[in-house]
Amino acid sequence: MAFKKVPSLRAALVLWPIALLTVTFATACNTSDTDEQLGRNQDGRGPITYVEGKDTTETGAVKQVIDNWNATHPDEQVTYKEQSNDASAQYDDLVEHMRAKSSDYDVVALDVPWTAEFAAKGWIQPLEDQFAIDTSPLLSPPVASATYNGTLYAAPRNTNGGLLFYRKDLVPVPPRTWAEMRASCPLARDNQIGCYAGQFAPYEGLTVNTAEVINAFGGTFVGTDGRTPTVNSPQSRAGLEQLVDAFRVGDIPREAITFQEPESGAAFNQGKLMFLRSWPSTYGDASSEASAVKDKFGVAPLPGDTGIGASTLGGYNAAISAYSENKATALDFLKYLISEEAQHIIASGALPSVRASIYDDPALIAKMPYLPALKDSIASAVPRPVTPFYPAVSKAIQDNAYAALTGTKSVNDAIIGMQKGIETAGS
Amino acid sequence: MKLRDEARMSGRAWLFVAPVLIALTVVIGYPVIRALWMSFHFDDQLDETTGRFVDSGQGTFYNYLHWLLGQCQVITGGVTECPTGNLGAEFWGAVGVTLFFAVVTVTLEVAIGLGMAMVMGKTFRGRALLRAAVLIPWAIPTAVTARLWEFMFQYDGIVNTVFGTEILWTSDTWPARFAVIAADVWKTAPFVALLLLAGLQIIPEDVYEAARVDGASAWQRFTQITMPLLKPALLVAVLFRSMDALRMYDLPAIMTDNLPATRTLSVLVVEQTRQGPNSAAALSTITFLLIFAAAFVLVKILGANAVRTQEEQRKA
Repeated sequence: MAFKKVPSLRAALVLWPIALLTVTFATACNTSDTDEQLGRNQDGRGPITYVEGKDTTETGAVKQVIDNWNATHPDEQVTYKEQSNDASAQYDDLVEHMRAKSSDYDVVALDVPWTAEFAAKGWIQPLEDQFAIDTSPLLSPPVASATYNGTLYAAPRNTNGGLLFYRKDLVPVPPRTWAEMRASCPLARDNQIGCYAGQFAPYEGLTVNTAEVINAFGGTFVGTDGRTPTVNSPQSRAGLEQLVDAFRVGDIPREAITFQEPESGAAFNQGKLMFLRSWPSTYGDASSEASAVKDKFGVAPLPGDTGIGASTLGGYNAAISAYSENKATALDFLKYLISEEAQHIIASGALPSVRASIYDDPALIAKMPYLPALKDSIASAVPRPVTPFYPAVSKAIQDNAYAALTGTKSVNDAIIGMQKGIETAGS
Repeated sequence: MKLRDEARMSGRAWLFVAPVLIALTVVIGYPVIRALWMSFHFDDQLDETTGRFVDSGQGTFYNYLHWLLGQCQVITGGVTECPTGNLGAEFWGAVGVTLFFAVVTVTLEVAIGLGMAMVMGKTFRGRALLRAAVLIPWAIPTAVTARLWEFMFQYDGIVNTVFGTEILWTSDTWPARFAVIAADVWKTAPFVALLLLAGLQIIPEDVYEAARVDGASAWQRFTQITMPLLKPALLVAVLFRSMDALRMYDLPAIMTDNLPATRTLSVLVVEQTRQGPNSAAALSTITFLLIFAAAFVLVKILGANAVRTQEEQRKA
């Protein structure tokens, strides 16, 4: 009898994987009924969880906003789930929870380029009908960044725009166009410093820098459907050509190909650059005691083709998870996030507000003198390609731009490569 | 009676092993089978009218062909060669980079590790200190190592300052590969040294004495005694390191971002996971098969060698 036990156990071992396969098939065949999920819990009220990356503001702006809300909503408390500081880690964490259809996350903060993908996956609530919010007091580019396929899917929480940091001791009047900027480069050479730099290492920052210069010259990446590639145009070539040529003649120092935000900021603060494209957060470091250019620099909107350029939008959009059980509370919290009161707290934490009125507040301008330039920058900003295939599209831009900047591809081939890369995104 | 006892023992043995087997099926069996299942399916496709992703079902070998042949789907329909910037075009490059890193780093690590082990095996003052010092690189988490070397290899970092060079270590093709290799060798040579030191210490001292009495030179003692007797430990070290090197991720990912020149298969898998998990499952299956094949070849070739030398020794 005991003899028989051994083979049957072996048989069980063989059968295990087969059983597992069956289970796998059974679960996988349950196709998601997205619309049904979106219709659930629309009137649910109760405590909710707000998910965002680490609050790096000096004032703890996110915590302040939540504390303010909690003080007046005893039955609908918001818990702050603080993710890591790293954008990729935040993305992976959100995707994991959405795939698991977890109701733990009610309101999620999405980096602007993720919004379209989350919307297309059916993971976030469209803000229409009873979920509609009033976006009229908001700046329109951030609203566009939260809109996919004609529908608003998130409330812009804070925005961000690129700025041109310039050495006002060398260039008293900031350039408005690329031509003007390049024309002043001999001055940088006379002072033995680099003329211009941005972030050109092969990462998301390169996509941003490439997109900005291509947009500035009138180029675009995808059509309004989020799929059709439109990058193959003379305007896009003219834009990319500016960067490639500046690298070639040394207007952009060659080490800038290794720059991410910290390296480029450090180079400017050490007085090694005349112009730097960066985010407003660089302002604090550049004006600190440790900076060699303290009191010697100014900020202006990015240069363009014939007038000021087109910044790419950064920032975060707040969206309601399709799997939330308290969507009515979540909606109220979203409305609070874009209110005058909450936006003032956010702006005081040096996160650029999405409300136009905040930029005219004299008290804030005294603290953050770059606000008027930033307002101009954001008003003319273009969101990064709004597409559900954003990671693939970004990759196509990045790899081809990098090849062009390092001289392994011609500008023409790089633009055609981007076009083809966007065409095959999602395969 | 005795037979039945044995059978009962064997049954009981299965019983004792069962929890582990069940745990293994859950944590290894299920993910592997699930990944295989996923790899034979398309990633979700976009429904043009609703703008939503929908499950597009069975994809048979599409994902595998996508990687192996570099075929891509065009949104307007049809199949084309994957363009630069689509991860499908990066596969063979990544295979080349991965194999290159594996061969170079393992070779260097074994050579340097052997040297370290020989020194550590000697008896001298301060030997404990040396052993501790050598092990420190191995004890540092790889992500930290990557950061340290990244700082050193920056344009205005210490490497360029000390040597007075202006090399873009994290950006230019060969300097970037060199930087990754340097960091990997620095980190893992001590591990190899430790494995080889254990191997060295089981060689009895009297064998060396006998050889010395017979008039063998130091070189002869090294090639005729140390190397053959060290072979089993060496094999283990090479096998471990090769499998480790073939799945290298953190050093290139942290030190050189998404630089194509240092993009290993594992870096490619992680990037693809963000674009489409089913296609990534196919890619990890291919990576797994590649590492499996490499391990198989190593065991077959080196294993056979090890056995033969032992037989030769016995005959001698």
